[in-house]
Amino acid sequence: MNIHEYQVKQIFKEYGLPVPKGAIVTDYHDAVSAAVDLGGKMWVIKAQIHSGGRGLAGGVKLARSLDEVKKISKEILGMNLVTHQTGPEGKIVEKVYVERGVDIDYELYLGMVLDRALEMPVMMASTEGGVEIEKVAKEAPEKIIKLAIDPSIGFQSFHGRELAFKLNLPADDIPRFVKFAQVLYNIYIQDDADLIEINPLVKAASGYFIALDGKMGLDDSALYRHDDIEAMRDLHEENEVETEAKKYGLSYVKLNGNVGCMVNGAGLAMATMDIIKYAGGTAANFLDVGGAANAQTVAKGFEIILKDKNIKSIFVNIFGGIVRCDRIANGILEATKNVNITVPVIVRLDGTNAVIAAEILKKANIENLIVADNLEDGAQKAVESAKE
Amino acid sequence: MSILVNKDTKVIVQGFTGKEGSFHAEKCLEYGTNIVGGVTPNKGGQEHLGKPVFDTVSRAVQETGATVSMIFVPPRFVADAIMEAVNAKIELAVVITEGAPVKDIQMAKAYAIKNGMKMIGPNCPGVITSNECKIGIMPGNIFKKGRVGIISKSGTLTYEASNQVVQEGLGVSTAVGIGGDPIIGLSYKELLTMFEADDETDAIVIIGEIGGDLEIQAAKFIEKSISKPVVAFIAGQTAPIGKRMGHAGAIVSGAEGTAKQKMEALEEAGVTVVVSPADIGKAVKQRLS
Repeated sequence: MNIHEYQVKQIFKEYGLPVPKGAIVTDYHDAVSAAVDLGGKMWVIKAQIHSGGRGLAGGVKLARSLDEVKKISKEILGMNLVTHQTGPEGKIVEKVYVERGVDIDYELYLGMVLDRALEMPVMMASTEGGVEIEKVAKEAPEKIIKLAIDPSIGFQSFHGRELAFKLNLPADDIPRFVKFAQVLYNIYIQDDADLIEINPLVKAASGYFIALDGKMGLDDSALYRHDDIEAMRDLHEENEVETEAKKYGLSYVKLNGNVGCMVNGAGLAMATMDIIKYAGGTAANFLDVGGAANAQTVAKGFEIILKDKNIKSIFVNIFGGIVRCDRIANGILEATKNVNITVPVIVRLDGTNAVIAAEILKKANIENLIVADNLEDGAQKAVESAKE
Repeated sequence: MSILVNKDTKVIVQGFTGKEGSFHAEKCLEYGTNIVGGVTPNKGGQEHLGKPVFDTVSRAVQETGATVSMIFVPPRFVADAIMEAVNAKIELAVVITEGAPVKDIQMAKAYAIKNGMKMIGPNCPGVITSNECKIGIMPGNIFKKGRVGIISKSGTLTYEASNQVVQEGLGVSTAVGIGGDPIIGLSYKELLTMFEADDETDAIVIIGEIGGDLEIQAAKFIEKSISKPVVAFIAGQTAPIGKRMGHAGAIVSGAEGTAKQKMEALEEAGVTVVVSPADIGKAVKQRLS
């Protein structure tokens, strides 16, 4: 799960990491009064959507007067922000974060992520703060310093010094940097984050390190022990259909093709998308109905797939194991009675009792329901049907 | 020989009396797995599926001599269950549960390694040695005895691969589902070593997914250390960047973890990489002829 920048900063603040003073608003009049309350002569107006690259897309702007605060907030609130991460459809900005400006001495990048090869969290730091870090990683990877931290010893001061000296920080700044990095590590571990990025982390004229930005991703499997963070979930930021699918134990991801897929198992579901491509078509979605597919999940699966108006055919690809194919076949028949399916459905059932299942489906003689002999045959028939 | 488990392996089940644990333990018993008991705290002394229930893993090991544990406890108790197995000197824990926090598994795995316990999973279908021992949730009837080893991140693709291998007139020695989480126990490298040394295995099938770099590590290892023919399929060739595809670990981050990179690395290592998941069986047959 991802959360908004202002929520990340709220967490930072609770742990004692310095962040600029700020206020979240949904109306430009409130933005002006927030700026007055915050004080100062310079404010930053920041669009709150779950995406990187907001600044480049025009969603983050500096205001040097209250008039500018009003003008900029009015402009950003309600705008459709298109960044390199939102896709071409963009995202509507519903909230802006108004922050008091900070006098900057220098900028850094600081982040933490799980290194899957090392199986340890890695702290990443760079002097190239304030620019797109993916770009730095590509063009000048040597400018990103990475340091694995073994959780069995946790963050030690030497970790912080190691980074600070490699960043060539001024000697006077090192103790404060080490302390900042220590707290960042604590947040990462205690809140079960899978990613934290601060870009930029600035050394302010006041002498302190301040997180000017904050991005945080959380391990979904650990949310049960973080009610406070779970409460930060913004359903507007999540795909409605994906969220609905999850409620029924289905794992759905929308894609751009026209062949709908319903599969049991995540690996087979990905492989089904792949074989559709191999057969000359494009999958409209990833859909894993789980190991225990039954009539209800299959019916729900059809409903969810058919919400996508691009669908021209549906490929049901189930490998029956413990759940026997004959039961799944009956489930499909039941589902076709309850859900109005308007496109050809190609069914491939293999595994336990597959032969009986094929008999059941053929006997039912339902128009638009095509039984496939195997995986390859199913994919080909689904792609052909989508072309007609 | 086969690898990891055989008909003599003594198995206990952690989470024995729960819904999932009961259902699958019964299927394993039907298959012929030598399940000697199970563990559910506060139910020690009872009998379940005709086998004794113990309060703790150490007691179960003491009384039954079990060396392998199949773990079915709910996600939030998984790390505790793994570490309890380590402490009781279990040699191999097969962790079926899906949805355990990454931090918990990181800690439990580190503790297991430190104390020499092998772990398979979490979030995996388990391990099966055809006609001998099934520890997990896979349909036993799909796995006909033969001389092909399977290592897979995905459950249903393991069944798919086995089914295709059988249709080609071959069979499976041992199949291991290693799981699709970001941190897992035994991986390709360790299992490839075991299959290479196993005189009942002639060829190895690897099924990978997008995300992480385990398949790339495997490719490097195969090039120097594996002489038996290897066939591979990587799922997620058409998956979009930055989207999690069902499994917690199946995500392409930035430019890392794409199917293309993995397929190229494996091909360079001399592995037969199939583009279509329907060609796994045929490719194995070809490599063996």
